[in-house]
Amino acid sequence: MDIRLEAISHSYGDTEVLRDISLDIPNGKIVCFVGPSGCGKSTLLRLIGGLERASKGRILQLGTPPKGCLNPLTYVFQDFALLPWRSVQGNISLVLEDHGIKGTQADTIIADVLARTKLSDFSKALPRQLSGGMKQRVAIARALAVKPAVMLMDEPLSALDSQTRELLMDDLVALWTRQSFTAAYVTHNLAEAVRLGHRIVVLSRRPGEVREIVEIDIPLADRSHGNAKLEQTQKHLWDMMRDEARAADEELLDV
Amino acid sequence: MSDSTAPTQPIEVRFRGGGFAPKARRWVGLAVFIFLIGITEVGTRQGWISSLTLPKPSDVLATFGELWESGLLFKHLLPSLSRLAVGAAIGASVGIAVGIMIGLFSYVRAGMVPLVAAIFPIPKIALLPLFVIWFGIDEASKYALIAFGTFTPTVVATYGAVDNVDRSLIRMGQSFGLSWLSIVRKIVLPGAMPGILSGLRISLAIAIILLVAAEMLGAEYGIGAYILEAGSLYDLERLFAGVVILSLLGVILSTIIGFIEHRLLGWRA
Ligand SMILES: Nc1ncnc2c1ncn2[C@@H]1O[C@H](COP(=O)(O)OP(=O)(O)O)[C@@H](O)[C@H]1O
Ligand SMILES: [Mg+2]
Repeated sequence: MDIRLEAISHSYGDTEVLRDISLDIPNGKIVCFVGPSGCGKSTLLRLIGGLERASKGRILQLGTPPKGCLNPLTYVFQDFALLPWRSVQGNISLVLEDHGIKGTQADTIIADVLARTKLSDFSKALPRQLSGGMKQRVAIARALAVKPAVMLMDEPLSALDSQTRELLMDDLVALWTRQSFTAAYVTHNLAEAVRLGHRIVVLSRRPGEVREIVEIDIPLADRSHGNAKLEQTQKHLWDMMRDEARAADEELLDV
Repeated sequence: MSDSTAPTQPIEVRFRGGGFAPKARRWVGLAVFIFLIGITEVGTRQGWISSLTLPKPSDVLATFGELWESGLLFKHLLPSLSRLAVGAAIGASVGIAVGIMIGLFSYVRAGMVPLVAAIFPIPKIALLPLFVIWFGIDEASKYALIAFGTFTPTVVATYGAVDNVDRSLIRMGQSFGLSWLSIVRKIVLPGAMPGILSGLRISLAIAIILLVAAEMLGAEYGIGAYILEAGSLYDLERLFAGVVILSLLGVILSTIIGFIEHRLLGWRA
């Protein structure tokens, strides 16, 4: 299933946040969104997932979601959003219960997604017993459990320290390589974008407009450290963003 | 750092952290009770506390024993407990329900919050005559008084607790397509539980106060009636025996809530 954004604009009251954004999120690809903070990346993701309505423009689902898909558009949040009173297992069964999946059927799904995120030994643990990286893996496992057509990831690694972030990026690459998924991946970290993105959308400062869309055709699994082409792309992205970021930083916030 | 001063003795860094983290110290509470009662006992025996000021704790204990043996204890205690149980159960459950509605629906909030603010400061005891007219002199008016008194603090605690539930968790529930009822049952309620339970502690203490007040105004049996009778005869031993029963009741209820908290809120470190 593809997602198509047609001329999306959005304002909060008098504050114009997004302006005329048109792009495609193709099936089986990871599309990264980068841009200075406050440019509307999170807003765009909320619009795509239907948590908010765009002021102008349309968001279309092209094609049908894969078979067995329970929740086509599924979020992975920056702050994990795990229920602290439920175990790892309970947090995943939470999103299955409402679809009438219980008992052994649920156990099978839970065991599968926990294995894929290397959490099998922690199914009984409570969120407070887990490290940040593990919490985010639980959140990813929960997202996988509903067999999403598109994963909407809002800075999923930003709350983690840099070593954990590296490890989790490897995990995401392995996950995608085993079974490709579609994702809209918001980040402000360019290294993350060039490591994970098949396509990188650069947004300008608020109101966010598409400045450039960069395609990277190196397979995810081959994007090792020190790859000259990737570093060049990252530098190109940074050159583009530096002035935007500086200008955005110096704007007075009157909201 | 500065090399202009003469070298001095190294000073160990002064510890200034710690504190602000109460831990379970089981026996301290008991020790405080024993100490105070012990002092009173010694004082009344030696005479530097006159018998008009305070009764001898051992005499109070003896009175308590008589009360037990004569079977009067349960004759007074059982009606009180059932009034407390019925009244507090009604008040707390209606209070929690209304509190959750206030937390979830804008119109209920707009309509009920001023109303609750208006009835909160009314001393509920003043309304007892009204309840007697409405519900009769029997049990029903006592239930109503206790229920009404428990209701308001429970409502306020509950909607505050619902307001404090992490919105990002609710957003998460919506993003996974959970039904409204599931979100309330599985996210809002458990998230509000810590606040609801600590509100319940206050509500139940108020319920005991109102129980006694209601029984003082019109009951043949009940702890309140017993205390009133003792008081009018200036029988301090019996008065204190009654008061001790009330205190014990308070401690027991608070322990029960602590137990429930331990069971339900084990997920908080
Ligand atoms: N619910 C809201 N109401 C009003 N303004 C908002 C709201 N959400 C976001 N904004 C504003 O929209 C802009 C973009 O926010 P956001 O999408 O969170 O940016 P980003 O994720 O790129 O940092 C910010 O200026 C923010 O203040
Ligand atoms: Mg954001």
